[in-house]
Amino acid sequence: MKRNIFALGAGLIFGLGLCLSGMYEPAKVIGFLDLDGAWDPSLAFVMGGAIVVALPAFFVARRRAAAWIGGAIDLPRAQAIDAPLVVGSAVFGIGWGLGGVCPAPGVADLGFLNPGAAIFVVSMAAGMLIFRAAADRRLPGLKLLAQDA
Amino acid sequence: MTIDWAHFTPLSALAGGALIGLAAALLILGIGRVLGAAGIVGGALEVQGADAPWRWSLIVGLVLSPLVARLLWSVAPPVFVAPWPALVASGLLVGFGARLGSGCTSGHGVCGLARLSPRSLVATGIFMAAAFVAVFFTHHVFG
Repeated sequence: MKRNIFALGAGLIFGLGLCLSGMYEPAKVIGFLDLDGAWDPSLAFVMGGAIVVALPAFFVARRRAAAWIGGAIDLPRAQAIDAPLVVGSAVFGIGWGLGGVCPAPGVADLGFLNPGAAIFVVSMAAGMLIFRAAADRRLPGLKLLAQDA
Repeated sequence: MTIDWAHFTPLSALAGGALIGLAAALLILGIGRVLGAAGIVGGALEVQGADAPWRWSLIVGLVLSPLVARLLWSVAPPVFVAPWPALVASGLLVGFGARLGSGCTSGHGVCGLARLSPRSLVATGIFMAAAFVAVFFTHHVFG
C-alpha cells in the first residue's frame, strides 16, 4: 500500500513538473527540437533542473541498503553500449520528433481529455507490446530484440 | 539560429524540471525504483506481479496531474499539432524504440544522466539527434 501511495505521489509530482515546465505541450517540445529559425531552449533547462535534484538522490540511493519503505533499491545494472540501445534510442528519437510527445507527457495529457494524447498513448502501448512479442518470439531479423535491458 | 525569446521560459522550465527530479528522488529512495516512464508503462502492460500495482498507481498520478495543476494555476490545454496518422506512427516508434533502447526521456535523459550512466548518455545523445533530424524533415523538408 505504501508503495502505491509513493508511486501515486511521484506520478502526480512528475506530472505537475511537466505542466509547470510546459513539457506537456507538444508545440513547446517541437520548439526545442526545431533547430532552424528561432529556438526555444526550455527543454534543456527542464532536464538540467531535474538532473540537479535527482543526482544527489541517486548518489544516496547507491549507498543505501534499502528503500525507505523497505526492500531493495533496484538500480539498472546494464553497462553495455550495444545495438539494441543505439537502434532503440534512434527509433525512439524519430518517433519523439514526429509527434513532439514522449511517454510521460503523452500519459499526463490524457488528463486533459485530449484525443491526440489518446491516439498517441494507444499507439505507444501497441508499440511496446509489439516489442515484447518480437523479443519473446525471437522473430527472424529481430534477434537483437531478444536481448533484455 | 536565434533564441526564441517569446517562448523561452527558463524559470518555469527549471522549476518544473526540479519537480520532475523530486519525483525521481522520491521513487528511488522511497520504493527503490527508477522513474522511467517507458519502463513503467511497458512494465504495467506486460507484468502481472508485485511491480504491476505501483506502476499503475504512478500512471494514475500522471493522468490526475493536469487536474491538480489546473486547481493551482492556469494551464492551457495542450494542442497536438501532428495529424492523427503521424501521431499513430509517432506512438508506435516511441513505444517500440523506448523498450528496445531500455529507456525514454525520463529513464535515460533524467534518471540515467543523474546516475552518471555512460549508457544513458549515449542513449540521450542518440534520441536527441534523431529527434532533431526528424523535426528537420517533417517541418522543413516535407513540412
